[in-house]
Amino acid sequence: MMRGPQIALSVGLWALLAASIVLAVTFGPADISPHEVWQTIAQHLGLPVQSGVTRLRDAIVWELRLPRVLVAAGIGAGLALCGAIMQALTRNPLADPYLLGLSSGASFGAVTFLLAGAALLMPVGAFLGAGAAMALTLLMTRLLGGATPSRAILAGIAVSALAAAATSFLIFWSATGDSYREILSWLMGSLSGTTWGDAGIVTGAVLLLGLPMLLAGRALDAFAFGDNAAATLGIDVVRLRWLLLGATALLTGALVAVGGAIGFVGLIIPHVVRLGTGSRHRLLLPVAMLLGASFMIWTDTAARSLFAPRELPVGIITALLGAPIFLLVLLRYRRAT
Amino acid sequence: MSAGLTFEAVSVRAGEAVLLDAVSCQAHAGRLTGLIGPNGAGKSTLMRIALGLLPLQSGRITFAGADLPGMNRRVRAQLTAFVEQSGAAEVQLTAREVVALGRIPFQSIWQASPSPADDMAVEAALADVGMASFAERAYHTLSGGEQQRLQVARALAQAPQLLVLDEPTNHLDVQAQLSILTLLRQRARAGATVLLALHDLNLAAAFCDELIVLHQGHLVAQGPPEAVLTPALLHDVYAVRASLLRHPGTGRPMIAYDMPSE
Repeated sequence: MMRGPQIALSVGLWALLAASIVLAVTFGPADISPHEVWQTIAQHLGLPVQSGVTRLRDAIVWELRLPRVLVAAGIGAGLALCGAIMQALTRNPLADPYLLGLSSGASFGAVTFLLAGAALLMPVGAFLGAGAAMALTLLMTRLLGGATPSRAILAGIAVSALAAAATSFLIFWSATGDSYREILSWLMGSLSGTTWGDAGIVTGAVLLLGLPMLLAGRALDAFAFGDNAAATLGIDVVRLRWLLLGATALLTGALVAVGGAIGFVGLIIPHVVRLGTGSRHRLLLPVAMLLGASFMIWTDTAARSLFAPRELPVGIITALLGAPIFLLVLLRYRRAT
Repeated sequence: MSAGLTFEAVSVRAGEAVLLDAVSCQAHAGRLTGLIGPNGAGKSTLMRIALGLLPLQSGRITFAGADLPGMNRRVRAQLTAFVEQSGAAEVQLTAREVVALGRIPFQSIWQASPSPADDMAVEAALADVGMASFAERAYHTLSGGEQQRLQVARALAQAPQLLVLDEPTNHLDVQAQLSILTLLRQRARAGATVLLALHDLNLAAAFCDELIVLHQGHLVAQGPPEAVLTPALLHDVYAVRASLLRHPGTGRPMIAYDMPSE
C-alpha cells in the first residue's frame, strides 16, 4: 500500500515528465504548439484523433525532436539511478558513473569499436569499457588502502585520465576531418542527431536493466551501516553487489554509447532527491529516475536552444550545474567526518 | 538438542595465527550470557562466525538444534540480530528509519510499504530504548549514546530469538548502560538467547546470568559470575590483581582492582 504523500509525489513527477516531453518538443526553430505535439503523438500511437498537423511538421515532431527528447529522458533516468545505486553500494556520497571513471571507460570502449569499423557494436564496446574502468577503479581504491570516498574519487580521476588519454590517442591516430569533430562533440556529451534507434537502445536499457534494479531498493537500505549490518539483515552482500555493479556498468555503457560521457547527473539528482524524500532507496530510486528524466530533458533543451542555431554539448551544462554541487557534498562530508 | 546457542569445538585460523582454538560453550535460552576477555581474545570472531559473517572452518554452531552458519541467510536474519561496535556513519536516515531497517528480513521485495506489524515492531522498539520522542530526528545529529540505543532498537525490531551484541554499552553514560542491560535481561527473561561481549567486568557481573571467558582464542571458563570471577582468573586472563566483594543489595560479585605498585 502506498501512502498519501507518496501517491501525490509520484503523480506529480509523472505529470512533470509528461509535460516536459510535450513542452520540450515545442522548442526549436520551427514554431510548434503543445497541441500539435499531442496530436502528432496520439496519431502515431494509433489513438482516434482528428489531426490537422502537416506532414512536414509531423516529421519535425516525430522524426527529429521526439526521439531526442526520449533519449534525454532515458539517459537522465538511467544516470540518476546508476549514481544513487553506486552511492549506496560504495557508501560514498560522491559516487557517480562519471566521477568514478565508468563514463570515460565507456567512451574509450565505444570509440575503439567505432574506429575499428564496428559502429553498430558501440554499445558493447561501451559496456566493456565501463566494466573495465569500474574494476580498475575498485581495485585501485583497494590498493590505496580501502574504500573511503576520497580514495575512490582519486582512483576514479586516475582511471578517467587514463581512459581519456587512450581515447585521445585513438582519435589522433585514426580519425580524420568530420568524424574527428563528431567524435569530440559526442565525447563531451551531446544528444544531437539522435534517432529512434538510439531511443530504442536507451529506453530498452532503462526498462530492462533499470526497472529490475528498483527492486533492490530495500536491500540497499540495509547497507546504510555497512556490509556486516546488511548481511545480518539477510542480504547476500556479495551476490547483490556483483549483480548491481554489473547492471550499473551495462546501463552506463548503453547510455554513454548513445549520449557520450554526460557527467554529474548521477551526483546531482540523488542528492537533490534525498533533501526531499530522505534516503530510503525504495522511494529514492524511482523518484531519482523520474526527476533525472525531466532534468535531462530540460538541460538538453537548453543545450540546443541557448545559442541556436549552434548547439552546446549538454555535458557542459550538466558539468556547470554539477561541479558546485560536487563541492557542496564534499564540504559537507568533510565536516561530518 | 538444546534451546540456545551452542558452539562445539569451533576453531579459526588466519594464516599462522590461531584466533579460536576448539572453543566449546553455550549461551542458553532465557539467560543473559556475557562474553568477556581482553582485546584479541576472540570475542568478536566467535560472534561473527555464529552469524555467518566469517566462515566456519571447523566445529559446529547450532541454535535451537539447527545449524546456524549453514542456515539460509534470510531465515537466519528472522531468527537472529547483531549489534556491532558502532563506527560513526554518515547516514541520512531518521531515527525511525534506522530502527525500521530491522524489519527488512520480514519484507518481500515486491512489497511497497511496511506492514502494520512492521510499524508496530518499530514503534515498540523505539519506546523500549527510550527513543520514541527522537523518532523523527536525523540519525547523524544524535549523540554516540543515542545512536547506540537506536542500533539496539533496530536489533529488537528484528524480534530475534537470538540477540548478539558486541560491546553494546560503549559510548553510553552510566544510566544508559544500566537501562540497556536491564532491557536485554528482560528480553532474555522473555525467552530470548542473549549473548553480549562486554569490557566492563563489573557490569558483566551485575547483569549476566552466565559468563564465558575467552583468552588468546581459548575458552578459559564458563559459569555464573560468582563462580567464574575469581582473583586467580582475573590475574591469569587480564593480568590484574583484584579483590572480589559482594554487592550489599544483590549479593552479586563486585571487583575492586588493586592499584599497580609505583
